[in-house]
Amino acid sequence: MKREIPILITLIFGVFMIVQFFIPHPAVNDIANRLQNWAIIVIAFSYVLGSANILRINGELVYRRGPGWLYKLVLVIAFFMMVIPGMFLGIGEGTWTNDRLFTNTYIPLASTMYASLAFFIASAAFRAFRVRTWQASVLALTAVIVMLGRIPISHMIWHDLPNVVDWVMNVPNAVAQRGILIGAALGAIATGLKVILGIERSYLGRE
Amino acid sequence: MDFFWLSVAGLATIAVLSFLYNDNPLYKVAEHFFVGIAAGYVVCAEFYNVFLPNLWNPLTSGTDYWLVIPLLLGLALFTRFSNNIGWISRWPMSVIIGTYAGLAVIGFASGDMVLQVQASLIPVFEPATVSKFSGDPSVMNFLDILKNPLFTLGLIAVLFYFFFSVEHKGGLKHIAVVGTTLLMIGFGAGYGYTVMTRIALLFDRFYFLFVEWLQVASA
Repeated sequence: MKREIPILITLIFGVFMIVQFFIPHPAVNDIANRLQNWAIIVIAFSYVLGSANILRINGELVYRRGPGWLYKLVLVIAFFMMVIPGMFLGIGEGTWTNDRLFTNTYIPLASTMYASLAFFIASAAFRAFRVRTWQASVLALTAVIVMLGRIPISHMIWHDLPNVVDWVMNVPNAVAQRGILIGAALGAIATGLKVILGIERSYLGRE
Repeated sequence: MDFFWLSVAGLATIAVLSFLYNDNPLYKVAEHFFVGIAAGYVVCAEFYNVFLPNLWNPLTSGTDYWLVIPLLLGLALFTRFSNNIGWISRWPMSVIIGTYAGLAVIGFASGDMVLQVQASLIPVFEPATVSKFSGDPSVMNFLDILKNPLFTLGLIAVLFYFFFSVEHKGGLKHIAVVGTTLLMIGFGAGYGYTVMTRIALLFDRFYFLFVEWLQVASA
């Protein structure tokens, strides 16, 4: 019950996802689409589970007045600040939740966090990219060329610089990404088959 | 009203940027507020985009009673909070894992592997690029000559670098070195591109702060 049924469920869902590609028969497609829809619904529940877990852990800390409980309280308040109007008013365009709350809180916070990463990437790179080998030099040099080529005055440094940067992005960079993608695809296919066939069971836990 | 919300966005921006000076309470408040809002938004988004159209509406209108199964499986996820019946949550987990695994096998095989290999099945050398270069010996025309050899032989070198069944020594070592060099160019390009994207985002935030909110500068 504890291990066999989950392995059987994985097998059924996994096999149907693969079979629908090779046998495009309406009957097979119907079952596969139905199973896929079930999975989408379960995934939606898993998001709610994740949020419930965040609330449980932070709520407990607030209740016990644990370390940093005031910050956790901010988190819990922010959660309900979004959920309560979101559930009653909706979250689509034109709603108060989207146009006021989401646009003026989540979007500036998220984009500023991503933007401030520029500084951390730069400082991390300064420490990590110490030019010890010639290959590290290649990495650092490529990064500098790409950055110079992306600034508005790049053509004033050298008229062909933007074109060279485009070539670097579209040729050697694409070759490296292609190699990584092919390797990752082979790994994902092998892992996927191992999971479906029940060889890889680590997702079931220890018991 | 608009200025109030603009100020909320402005203060949120300053709070996050304050981390550049040091880790401080203002940043921590912004960080926790962000997590709370994001978690709340996810719940609302899943409710309106999946729960209502895919489960609740067809179930309550009586068009598809089979949907009781994913409803029960979804609820079974919450048994994870219990020590005694927590193992039941493996069933819905298996639904997610099995679906993802099946879709990954097909998706990666057809979308990534086959397409990427197919795109590299090109002539190793394009004579037209050489004649173009001899007519106009510019840097870009020279780089064009390298395009096909890089996409074919270069890709083999990159893949060889990841091939550990034979030891990379002797002549094979040079192939692996070519592969590593191309990977380094790829990582460098990726790094430079990421930094510039983040810098563009940063300019956008400064534009918002000084032009849209405080209006101390004009575009």
